[in-house]
Amino acid sequence: MSDPVSALNRVTFDGFVKVEEMGPRGMITLRGDHALPEVKNAATGVAGVNFPGQRECRVVEERGLAWMSPDELLVMVPHGEADTAVASMESDLDGTHSLAVNVSDARAVFRIIGPGAREVLAKLCPVDLSPEAFVPGTIRRTRAAQVPVAFWMVEEDVFELVCFRSVAAYVFDLLKTAAIPGSEVGYF
Amino acid sequence: MLILTCPYCGVSGEETEFHAGGEAHLKRFGPGSSDADFESYLFHRENPKGVHFERWRHVSGCGKWFHAARCTTTLEVFGTYTAQTSEPPQSIKDAITAKRPGWTWRDFA
Ligand SMILES: [Zn+2]
Repeated sequence: MSDPVSALNRVTFDGFVKVEEMGPRGMITLRGDHALPEVKNAATGVAGVNFPGQRECRVVEERGLAWMSPDELLVMVPHGEADTAVASMESDLDGTHSLAVNVSDARAVFRIIGPGAREVLAKLCPVDLSPEAFVPGTIRRTRAAQVPVAFWMVEEDVFELVCFRSVAAYVFDLLKTAAIPGSEVGYF
Repeated sequence: MLILTCPYCGVSGEETEFHAGGEAHLKRFGPGSSDADFESYLFHRENPKGVHFERWRHVSGCGKWFHAARCTTTLEVFGTYTAQTSEPPQSIKDAITAKRPGWTWRDFA
């Protein structure tokens, strides 16, 4: 079998924060009413984490659940398990109004690491990234300059950001520019 | 710059994260309606100086459509509310009345 390759083949950049493109990750869009126990059980069953509340993202290593809207979840699993996870959720959701789609290869994932990580994102996104407003476990869907992105805090000073694979190079360039040494603002 | 709060995901964001969707609470007139009603549905829009109701979409966020009540002169947002309604909820009307007593907009007051 051929090896999956991520959009930018794990490119990295060392600025006043480190920017890393992560390798392939299994990502499944699950549409369905979060209030339904079938939807909850299908999602937690493959992700192995507790069901997230509004704008929460729970990730443990490569598995996790992110709250995307009142009827949309992002389910994360290791890349090779995505198809199996879709099949498992579809069987749990048989007869329930829902949709599960493997979108792994339509996405790129970045990590922004370092004490200036909040600042790098704040330069690009119309989001309050102050430590009071944005804490580990929070997810935000927004835009980075001109393209849609979503990001969450894995832990203090570490963000993961996802975007469409087709704009991975654009987003990497944005992150690089925002992280160029000497461009620190020191706001947070 | 408008600051809008999406009633679906709870995010308060500035307007570039959203997309304006035109006037709210239009009643659709389709096949079989009179020419006058169809023309009005297609073309006749309010253009108030003051209280206004609009549709917005949280386009770079959760993707949902919602409604917003705001002032076109001050950009003050009186409130946002669900898309699943054909008229503003009483709480929104009350919030407007508190700031703009005697307001009217189409058939609402
Ligand atoms: Zn929203």
